[in-house]
Amino acid sequence: MGTAEQTAEVVDLSETSIRELNQRLHDAADGGPQAWRITHPGGLHAIAAGINAPLEIDIDGHVGYYCVGMNKEANVRIHGSAGVGLAENIMSGTVIVDGDASQSAAATGRGGLVVVRGNAAARCGISMKGVNIVVEGNVGHLSAFMAQKGALVVCGDAGEALGDSIYETHLYVRGSVAELGADCIEKDFKEFHTAELTGLLAEAGVDADPADFKRYGSARQLYNFNIDNADAY
Amino acid sequence: MCGIAGLFSKSSSFEERLGDHLSDMLIQMADRGPDSAGVAFYRNPAPSGSSKLTLFSPEEGYDWDPIASELSSAFGGSNGPEIRASHAVIVVQTDADDAGRWVIDNHPELRLMSAGQTIEIYKEMGDPREFVERFGLRELSATHALGHTRMATESIVTTEHSHPFSTGLDLCLVHNGSLCNHNRLREQLRREGITIQTDNDSEVAAAYLTWKMREGASLTEALESGLDDLDGFFTFAVGTADGFAVLRDPIACKPAVMSESDDWVAMASEYRAIAVLPGAEDARVWEPDPGQVYIWEKEKV
Repeated sequence: MGTAEQTAEVVDLSETSIRELNQRLHDAADGGPQAWRITHPGGLHAIAAGINAPLEIDIDGHVGYYCVGMNKEANVRIHGSAGVGLAENIMSGTVIVDGDASQSAAATGRGGLVVVRGNAAARCGISMKGVNIVVEGNVGHLSAFMAQKGALVVCGDAGEALGDSIYETHLYVRGSVAELGADCIEKDFKEFHTAELTGLLAEAGVDADPADFKRYGSARQLYNFNIDNADAY
Repeated sequence: MCGIAGLFSKSSSFEERLGDHLSDMLIQMADRGPDSAGVAFYRNPAPSGSSKLTLFSPEEGYDWDPIASELSSAFGGSNGPEIRASHAVIVVQTDADDAGRWVIDNHPELRLMSAGQTIEIYKEMGDPREFVERFGLRELSATHALGHTRMATESIVTTEHSHPFSTGLDLCLVHNGSLCNHNRLREQLRREGITIQTDNDSEVAAAYLTWKMREGASLTEALESGLDDLDGFFTFAVGTADGFAVLRDPIACKPAVMSESDDWVAMASEYRAIAVLPGAEDARVWEPDPGQVYIWEKEKV
């Protein structure tokens, strides 16, 4: 997953502009190379944003803001750390970061999977709407703020105000939680949750025992939850 | 939005090229702050018993030789002026406080940018890329340096409103963000006898640190109490004679990234300013936690 084959199309960002790279990746939806290797990312912004094809992409190094934003279908592996807004509004596909991710990773994401091998900073999964996120390290404050759907798995610790004003996202944390946000409470595991967590850990390639995690979610006191609409989540 | 870059050398060979590398970092941050740019270089310590002033004249082609002679007559000898664009550095045989006061009293047409043993501050309006070339920053060696590119929000664009702001002898501050309570705080600090020269919010943060340290606080203590007293968004970088400190506001409104290699420690608003440093690809990179003071100093690295 996310590992391009040896025949990958190589784009060197010390020679090629971001606009040219992204145009070529967008054009690949209509045919052309499906495996890509992007070198010398140098912390540049908006690398591989707006892809709409099942491409396999490796990025060799640290990336800047809004990397892989709005991704559809592509599997992307970042061999480094990511700046603000990684995989913002991701629709589907997989994004794996070997290092850390800065603020607002996978913000507003609607689908797909985002894996951070290191730590994610503040506001991880803010307003997430269906994306699944697995963070092997810690997440910063205000993670899963107003989170609506999907799951956030944190193998380390969570910062202040976790899940503040949360709707129906499932939160799983193995370490400590500095403080739960408004209307976010600890909840029991049901069979479904154990299966979901087990599946996400396996999909992310994380060796962790689901029994070590605690689950958090909405107390449903802050928003107008109606059981008749449960299917919508 | 503004851009910050800080660079600290861990080897003497890197010191010789520090100006070149900080210039590269500053240019990467030009998009974040095209209004003006400024740097603080820590270099060429003044001999014991002497001190170093950086002066700014808004007058093009200002003749610096008379003031250098006057300083020699007043204090018995001076070196310089070493002129860089609109600025000049003069080494004076007296302590920095006396020398600085003498300039303010006798040459009101000039602006004292910095005073101390090692600090030199240069700042000017306009594109950061042109600033780097105009001031010949690439040729400067230094133990460490801070840089700032400004996109003005809270006050007008002039040389005086540019960063870094000097916070005391060999001390300076650069700021990305905005403060909400700077007007009231400015009045309070003026009542405490702290000199504040502009209506800029960041200068109030610099003045606040000056006041706290005058009252006996360490730099770390002064920054930590700033978390309670400075209302607003900030990533601060503070230069000292020995190194630099970094602090982000507790909710992390403004970005910061840090990195360390065998040769250097760097901080910047964005990683792309660090990516241009030699060995960046193998350096450790991390995001500083909000509300936590980070300090690098010569003897501790």
